[in-house]
Amino acid sequence: MFTAIFGSVELGIIYAIMALGVFITFRILDFPDLTVDGSFVTGAAVAAAMITLGYNPLLATSVAIVAGFIAGCCTGLLHTKGKINALLSGILMMIALYSINLRIMGTTTEAATRPNIPLLNTESVFSLFGSWWTTLPIDESVKNMLSSFVTGAIPSTVGTIVLMIVITLCIKVIVDWFLKTEMGLAIRATGDNKRMIRSFSANTDNYIILGLGLSNALVAFSGALVAQYSKSADVSMGVGMIVIGLASVIIGEAIFGTKTIVRTTLAVILGAIIYRIVLAIALRIEWLDAADLKLITAIIVILALILPQVLAKMKERKRKAKRKEQFRNKVRGNPGA
Amino acid sequence: MLKLTNINKVFNEGTPDEKVALGDINLHLAPGDFVTIIGSNGAGKSTMMNMISGALTPDFGTIHINGKNVTGDAEYKRARHIGRVFQDPMAGTAPSMTIEENLAIAYNRTKTRTLGFGVNKKKKDIYRTALEMLSLNLENRLNAKVGMLSGGERQALSLLMATFTQPSILLLDEHTAALDPSRAELITNITKQLVEKDSLTTLMVTHNMQQALDLGNRLIMMDKGQIILEVGEAEKANLTIPDLMAAFEKIRGEKMNSDRALLG
Repeated sequence: MFTAIFGSVELGIIYAIMALGVFITFRILDFPDLTVDGSFVTGAAVAAAMITLGYNPLLATSVAIVAGFIAGCCTGLLHTKGKINALLSGILMMIALYSINLRIMGTTTEAATRPNIPLLNTESVFSLFGSWWTTLPIDESVKNMLSSFVTGAIPSTVGTIVLMIVITLCIKVIVDWFLKTEMGLAIRATGDNKRMIRSFSANTDNYIILGLGLSNALVAFSGALVAQYSKSADVSMGVGMIVIGLASVIIGEAIFGTKTIVRTTLAVILGAIIYRIVLAIALRIEWLDAADLKLITAIIVILALILPQVLAKMKERKRKAKRKEQFRNKVRGNPGA
Repeated sequence: MLKLTNINKVFNEGTPDEKVALGDINLHLAPGDFVTIIGSNGAGKSTMMNMISGALTPDFGTIHINGKNVTGDAEYKRARHIGRVFQDPMAGTAPSMTIEENLAIAYNRTKTRTLGFGVNKKKKDIYRTALEMLSLNLENRLNAKVGMLSGGERQALSLLMATFTQPSILLLDEHTAALDPSRAELITNITKQLVEKDSLTTLMVTHNMQQALDLGNRLIMMDKGQIILEVGEAEKANLTIPDLMAAFEKIRGEKMNSDRALLG
């Protein structure tokens, strides 16, 4: 059980980067961007193909990020310059990327296209970091500490989770900072009130394109890391990614609140982890199969959307009842009034 | 400062709904001019404002701001020199952002936006000082989301934001029409104060004739896409509402449809 939870926390932190990307489009820009299903795979495909071709994993991951940025910009161009509906721009880019991703993975073989790339005996950012990390005495001591209060198997290294926490927190800090810069404020205002920000000399088209680019850069980054973590890239690994991203955003916001940007980005990261844990627990139910994954995801999102409303309604009803009671007591207390 | 030359615009050309929105408008504002515009619905007042701001482009004719031809410039490009307040108090601010963030956006109007912080200690002081002028206690609520403010407060903030960087032209499009009388008066006073402070060149559309007479140094009356009456500084001081009604009747040979104009 501990290993399963530990694995889902690891995975959750990697997917949190994707969720932050979805947060930028859905919440900040108010743009329902479906490019994500494609750009996630683009990130994975570029990283896997380049690593297979012998490039350094760090370089491969960096190029993956740039590829995601370009994909997002394309969606933005379709929407702003082509005047195509936001949803449709994303869907068009998503299916276009499906073919492009097959081509990208095809660069590793004689054939023109390839549906998947296994990364079995190759280096990855995790193995690079791990080989340095395990030379430090920290790993052993953390594992010793874990084994003292966890029964059963413990993970072979905590290097991966340490690396992921560091990367994800760095990205969170960068996103927080960016959204407070002059450009970031303009992007937020673009999602909030386009007419207003235009009247303050901001070119909303450019900010939409930039926002979509940054969002999909994060999504592709996440895809590149997932490919290296799970040691394979597959053309269908992005199916439903947008729903997973939304699930993380919604769960996080519902539980941890949205008072400030700093708090909301943290909520999104925690939401991504919680989503993975809920999924891991659900999959341990005997009569559920791995194939039910998407159904479970859909149900989690539906619950995350409906539960807060129900809770708010109950809270409101309670508040009103209390008010009524107070009022009655007051009237009874002053019969002459 | 602002010069409109032979501005023409037709909507729905070639259909039964064809409407001449602006028929050969010529208007020239000297620096510091404060012109109030009155006219019934459909007179072309808002169309003219949208022409100046760049939300609409004329069929032909030219618009000069500070001697530069801006007729073909996009709205966001011209916005560097044009401050604008809309009728809807919700339109001029970003509701989910804080007061200081909204002011930061206004502060950046004339600059290229960078990766520097929009709000820092030094800028906060500038924002606070500016807000104090409104006497609405907003300077102590810098971190409140603008969506939480009342319509009057939001309109006051919009006005401050529009004038923050001393734009070459200030456009006020019935900016007190959606408020109750006491709030409208407050906004009118703030308008007077802010415009006088930097002697801003201002165009204000209003349905309220009294407001049109009280504010500004010039007045124009529009009807059916044309400027039918121009009143200069000397005449305007002694003008009354009945004078305006009589002038309209004389020019148009019909009674002004004036319920809204009188009461608005």
